Amino acid sequence: MKVAITVNGKREERDVEARRLLVFFLREELGLTGTNVGCDTTNCGACTVLLDGESAKSCTILAAQADGREVITIEGLADGEQMHPMQEAFREHHALQCGYCTPGMVMAAVSLVKEHPNGMSEAEVREGLEGNLCRCTGYHNIVKAVMAVAGSPK
Amino acid sequence: MIPAAFDYVRVESVAEAISALTEHGDDAKLLAGGHSLLPLMKLRLATPSVLIDVGRVPDLSYVRDEGDHVAIGALTRHHDVNHDPVLARHVPLLADVAGKVGDPQVRHRGTIGGSIAHADPASDLPAAVLALGGSMVARGPNGDRVIPAADFFQGFLETALETDEILTEVRVPKAPGGHSYQKFVRRSQDWAMVGVAVARSNGSVGISLVNMGPTPLRASAVEQALAGGASAADAAEQAADGTDPTGDANASPEFRRHLARVLTRRALQEAGL
Repeated sequence: MKVAITVNGKREERDVEARRLLVFFLREELGLTGTNVGCDTTNCGACTVLLDGESAKSCTILAAQADGREVITIEGLADGEQMHPMQEAFREHHALQCGYCTPGMVMAAVSLVKEHPNGMSEAEVREGLEGNLCRCTGYHNIVKAVMAVAGSPK
Repeated sequence: MIPAAFDYVRVESVAEAISALTEHGDDAKLLAGGHSLLPLMKLRLATPSVLIDVGRVPDLSYVRDEGDHVAIGALTRHHDVNHDPVLARHVPLLADVAGKVGDPQVRHRGTIGGSIAHADPASDLPAAVLALGGSMVARGPNGDRVIPAADFFQGFLETALETDEILTEVRVPKAPGGHSYQKFVRRSQDWAMVGVAVARSNGSVGISLVNMGPTPLRASAVEQALAGGASAADAAEQAADGTDPTGDANASPEFRRHLARVLTRRALQEAGL
């Protein structure tokens, strides 16, 4: 079947099998391998992308479901050489160890902060990242980075 | 993991969905958010030959104040149920429970209708609707019928929906009183090992149990004990009465019965009983 998905601002048309999952559409059809496959069972969040601006696990979405919609992946966050504030905060706070969860963690965090324009407490950030697992258990600096972008509750 | 091959049919209306269901019968499954169905298909535990995608059907995502009850369109996402002001005011249990389904990514995609039609006994929303004494509106070739929650959940992943029917709306009576949802998990995003939902309305108390049998269950013995004047702590001791929970890698049947009693006590306390 034909699908047309706008990925990182560019309309991408492909002929795919109905069972094509969005994550493999991104990785294999478009070569956007920044989006990782971790658990492949909707648990770990490594495959998180923005679908119409909201965090979603691309291992559990058919490319057909994203047809006509807009996807942003980790490759689409930076503005040229200028990193997205969340990427900058992850770098500043050393919010990664092995880095495998990082793309999904950053995308989930971008969505989370957008939904909390009035700032977030540490507890809210920790709960808000419940859909992303870091098996290095490096959560402490991740939370610091996200809080730096979200700001304290107003 | 890749699902087995299937034919994909995208429908634009409930009527088209019913036609497709009528045509394909048992071989077809409806796809809404896909967050119950697609994981099962990837594990090849479900292998429908036709997927009917209702995700773009307009006008099935809403929350409406209908006087004595609130009506929720089947395609309303958990995220929207969680943040809806009408539900927060009139049925706070449901808003609260929707915010405890899975994680933010799951709540951005999963729908109330999908969760309830899937009828996993470990799922949060079916038990909430049961505790509230809600009902489901099913539409088929012969029109609408309303199925009380008590009759809707018939077995493990099995509901009263016929193969040519689609769940269009969930109705819950207003229950603005005390409420609580206690969910016991190893990780916050996990399925409940056991859960307990409590909703109070006009002096009556509805209590239901998650993952204590093949369907969500009313904790009738606890409700009767409370109606008979028992204290919350005494009534909660009867939470596992009449249940036959399974044992799995997470919990033995004995542990589940223990959790049911403890969580019921906590839920009743949080609900102000």
